[in-house]
Amino acid sequence: MDKALGNKIPEFNKKKSEGGGVGLSGTSLGLGDHRTKFETLIIILVAVVIIGGAEFLLKWFGVPQYVLPTPSQIVTALFTEWKFIWPHLLTTLYELLVGFAIGASIGFVLAAVITQFPFVEKIVTPYILLLVTTPMLALVPLLILKLGFGSEPRIIAVALASGPMVMINSATGFRRVDLAKIALARSFGASTFQIFTKIRIPMAMPMIIVGLMVGSIFGLLTTVGAEMVGGAEGLGNRLTYYSALIRMPQFFAVILILAIIGISIYVLFFWIGKKWASWEA
Amino acid sequence: MMDATHMRTAPGAADKKATKMFVEGATKYYQTRTGSVHALDNVSLEVRDGEFLCILGPSGCGKSTLLWSMGGLHDLSGGEIRLGHEKISKPHPEIAMIFQDANLLPWRNLAANIALPFELKRKKVDQERVDTLLRRVNLKGFETKFPRELSGGMQQRASIVRSLSVNPSLLLMDEPFGALDAFTRDEMNLLIQEIWMETGKTIVFVTHSISEAIFLADRVVVMSARPGRIASIFDIDIPRPRPVDIQTRPDFIERVLHIKASIDHGRSPNEGLAIT
Repeated sequence: MDKALGNKIPEFNKKKSEGGGVGLSGTSLGLGDHRTKFETLIIILVAVVIIGGAEFLLKWFGVPQYVLPTPSQIVTALFTEWKFIWPHLLTTLYELLVGFAIGASIGFVLAAVITQFPFVEKIVTPYILLLVTTPMLALVPLLILKLGFGSEPRIIAVALASGPMVMINSATGFRRVDLAKIALARSFGASTFQIFTKIRIPMAMPMIIVGLMVGSIFGLLTTVGAEMVGGAEGLGNRLTYYSALIRMPQFFAVILILAIIGISIYVLFFWIGKKWASWEA
Repeated sequence: MMDATHMRTAPGAADKKATKMFVEGATKYYQTRTGSVHALDNVSLEVRDGEFLCILGPSGCGKSTLLWSMGGLHDLSGGEIRLGHEKISKPHPEIAMIFQDANLLPWRNLAANIALPFELKRKKVDQERVDTLLRRVNLKGFETKFPRELSGGMQQRASIVRSLSVNPSLLLMDEPFGALDAFTRDEMNLLIQEIWMETGKTIVFVTHSISEAIFLADRVVVMSARPGRIASIFDIDIPRPRPVDIQTRPDFIERVLHIKASIDHGRSPNEGLAIT
């Protein structure tokens, strides 16, 4: 007999997700589906007004560059300084990707396994919560002491920051048990493994994607933060470097790159979610 | 009883396999946090080959438990269930189940939902059979639709196709039309009667609607609750095909009242007092 199906009374009407988890599921930050031309026009117009207005106001009041550079100075700096910045960009992306890949894999597997054993889950969850709520940046100085100024301590910090996020959200997904769906698969002779791959994972997918999104954003924060703490590489390091030299256009150019990375992550997971979890809209 | 067997035609004719299910002394206790629930008490029943059997009873009478046990989804605490000579202790390839609310997987489109049983058995989808079935229930052309884009009736039709696609000889239906509106329900009842007559499947159909049970069944098994027992069995010898409007005829209503009276008599006196 199926373990989850067990000997539960077949009453399973609409028992939806339970339990906590940090979720973006209800976010209204969606990238709208059908934007009319008029709406697009307004959106562009507002952007132009904000950026142009900033440019104009900064010039009008004669705000010095070292306090706040104008948008045009920032973009210029981005292009002129690009050849010096991009190796740091690669370092940051490398640390983020490797750290996230490690953290997310462990988080996902842990979530999948632990939710099958409620008792183990009760034991492990407090520690995961501890990892979620404690800023992993705090560990970076210690990691640097042990591992030096290379990428390793940052990768570990990123894994530690993103993994628990992926884990806690995926666990929320895996905890959704729809007895009817499991019974259905079972009635067609599904094995426990098939029930896992064909029913449990797809059913948890919306929350897994939320976890990956939140986890990767946390990973980005941690990467940059860790780079600011020590070492000579990465965009975070460039931030401290340029601000120390009061080269504000270059400083803001790096911030612009970070913003673009962050938005890209969001858009990526938004589309992944649209593809794999839109059934739950 | 009735001679639907003679009216049965292709594609069902080739599907025919002898199916007899025996339930002998089925007893079931559920262990819950608040204690043990006695769901089935010594239920014995024979499902005849090719018959349409309805199990009728109030909620909590163990009818779903009985059905799930017949489907091999539940262990019994006592007694046994056999399909022919085979003891049912796990899902059997000759048995397919149809659940409440269609139970389609919302992340799969209709075609992928119907492909599920084949996938689980690691077989190639019998596309010809699936297409025939889809046409039969008027769902051809909806293969790329997702469940949320289909009406309740269409979803349940899809789930019927999914179950029939693997050509089982016994269909177990667990209040399949309970969530549908009355009109769709009539439609579905007609459809399932037609499919039954065409294919010669044996169907065990759980419902809490007396008129649905009488409309569909060759025999209606009435169960009483707590613990679930068979209270009585009624033969329904209304000729087939039965039209929907049969339900408004006096003799039909008489049967409804007759069965209803038998259920009311089955109640314990305490329950009767509680109403006043």
